[in-house]
Amino acid sequence: MAMQNIGRPTQPRAADLENHASLTGGRGLLQDEPLIFELGGWDKTGVDLEPAEHDASDLGDLVRAEPIGLPGLSEPETLRHYVRLSQKNHAIDLALYPLGSCTMKHNPRLNEKAARLAGFADLHPLQPVSTAQGALALMDRLAHWLKTLTGMPAVALTPKAGAHGELCGLLAIKAAHDDAGQGHRRTVLTPTSAHGTNPATAAFVGYQVAEIAQTADGRIDLADLAAKLGPEVAAIMVTNPNTCGLFERDIVEIARLTHAAGAYFYADGANFNAVVGRVKPGDLGVDAMHINLHKTFSTPHGGGGPGAGPVVLSEALAPFAPVPWLVSGPQGFGLIEEPAGEAAQAFGRMCAFQGQMGMFVRAYAYMRSHGADGLRQVAEDAVLNANYVKARLQTAMTPAFPDGPCMHEALFDDSWLEGTGVTTLDLAKALIDEGFHPMTMYFPLVVHGAMLIEPTETEPKRELDRFCEAMLALAKAAKGNDRERLKGAPYLAPMRRLDETLAARKPRLTWRPGTTGVAPAPLAAE
Amino acid sequence: MRFTKDHEWIELEGDVAVIGVTAYAAEQLGDVVFVETPEVGKQVKAGDNLAVVESVKAASDVYAPVSGEVVEANEALADAPETVNAAPEAAGWFAKLKLANPAELDQLMDRPAYEAYLQTL
Repeated sequence: MAMQNIGRPTQPRAADLENHASLTGGRGLLQDEPLIFELGGWDKTGVDLEPAEHDASDLGDLVRAEPIGLPGLSEPETLRHYVRLSQKNHAIDLALYPLGSCTMKHNPRLNEKAARLAGFADLHPLQPVSTAQGALALMDRLAHWLKTLTGMPAVALTPKAGAHGELCGLLAIKAAHDDAGQGHRRTVLTPTSAHGTNPATAAFVGYQVAEIAQTADGRIDLADLAAKLGPEVAAIMVTNPNTCGLFERDIVEIARLTHAAGAYFYADGANFNAVVGRVKPGDLGVDAMHINLHKTFSTPHGGGGPGAGPVVLSEALAPFAPVPWLVSGPQGFGLIEEPAGEAAQAFGRMCAFQGQMGMFVRAYAYMRSHGADGLRQVAEDAVLNANYVKARLQTAMTPAFPDGPCMHEALFDDSWLEGTGVTTLDLAKALIDEGFHPMTMYFPLVVHGAMLIEPTETEPKRELDRFCEAMLALAKAAKGNDRERLKGAPYLAPMRRLDETLAARKPRLTWRPGTTGVAPAPLAAE
Repeated sequence: MRFTKDHEWIELEGDVAVIGVTAYAAEQLGDVVFVETPEVGKQVKAGDNLAVVESVKAASDVYAPVSGEVVEANEALADAPETVNAAPEAAGWFAKLKLANPAELDQLMDRPAYEAYLQTL
């Protein structure tokens, strides 16, 4: 019999690992990682470049004498730096990511495959349009789907994020008012529960912002809206479903009142995933709405972006849509790049070139792979999952609006924590120890100690149950004698709880100098 | 000392009134990390934005409880915003206003009324 004669123990040795630390600071295969600037290597470069053929400079004594201060890392060093950082992060690819209002859902890999097709991925924004007809055709089809799903006649594809879309919508509204001699309208109304970007966008455009009160059941107070609408109001900005996860039942009346007062209705489309395929915003009287492709249409975001926030526009606002305009004619697709001719009333442009092409491809792949029926089910499942979480958690936690179902997110307040000394923040940090990204906390502002949970439609029941069980176990710990579990959390994250107050009051923007070569001077003092 | 429903306090010192946020507000805000005080000379009407207070939770506007002209701002808060938490109704004051219409003070709550109001929240 041939026999392996070098034996080795195959059973783990029992050991007390409670206070075990490695000799060099690593945590197993999770490496401690400094800032890239602390890695240094100022005197080297990761790539070899041929010396320039003509090295005579016209810069004279303006030529930099000091090193530029970029770390000189090789490709593997650079790669390892970012992979190590990514290991300390949470991602939708690791577990449920219930960050309310953000729609952190799965990004289908089919989208990625489509976006990597050379005909899309290798485009240059300045190449002749005759050589990019396929890409323009895709943008045209995407525009068709967005217009059909929203029941709106026009869409501006270029805005690069939700807030950028809001800016686009308000600029179109402003242009329309100016054109109609209504430039004196200086006020934009937003509900108290609005996303912070709504009043911020209005202020950025130069409007005064006034708040619309909310009713006890979390909706817009119609009487207050009616009282505040007037000849100086340019627009209202309303999210539906709103940030409390509730459908604005009076939305048609809200639109009617708004239009009767001569104002436009801007809808924040951040929560469109709750109603896509079931409600057309155009039918509700919406004049402009951004659509976060990185939410409803599954393109990556949260560091994996970039985002994309196309804006659909009503008949009244369509003439003011920003250039470029995508048009089709006998020669195929073309782009109108200047506010002239057909696009004479365009208010300008939102960005250089044509927008986030990679996101257009992903969103279109998502639409086509789901189909109209699939998109309808997206909304149904998003709402079903949120209500499942709400139903399970309300056995231990207090829903902010207990009456009736929620839409795509479940909102709790912190009244169930009263007397425990445990806060919403503690609960969020403890959730990290349990392996989940925290829910959105302290937003919307109208709910005390708010916990806004958006599971999204891509979570299977097993993962929803795993999350609910973690939440229920933490709720039990908070109400019982295990509060340190929450108040000291996170215990198991790469970093323990940071002093946010100190960081905000006395930010330190310096780093330890690199270990090799000549380090640059630190950026700024404290 | 008089109080608003938005949790500002105001105290008259001669014809100048000192304005800040109440202890209740400071506790609700959490740790204050930044305060934007108004410029001296700014004219405000009752209800106008007077200052901005930013905590680790959120940024909030502080409204002028009455109308008047800003005659002094608490510059010390720039370096020590924590004073708002430590002494909200004393050293953590925000601004001093020369009153345009002292009668406006009568519209505001006194301390028992404010404390009764807090019970309703």
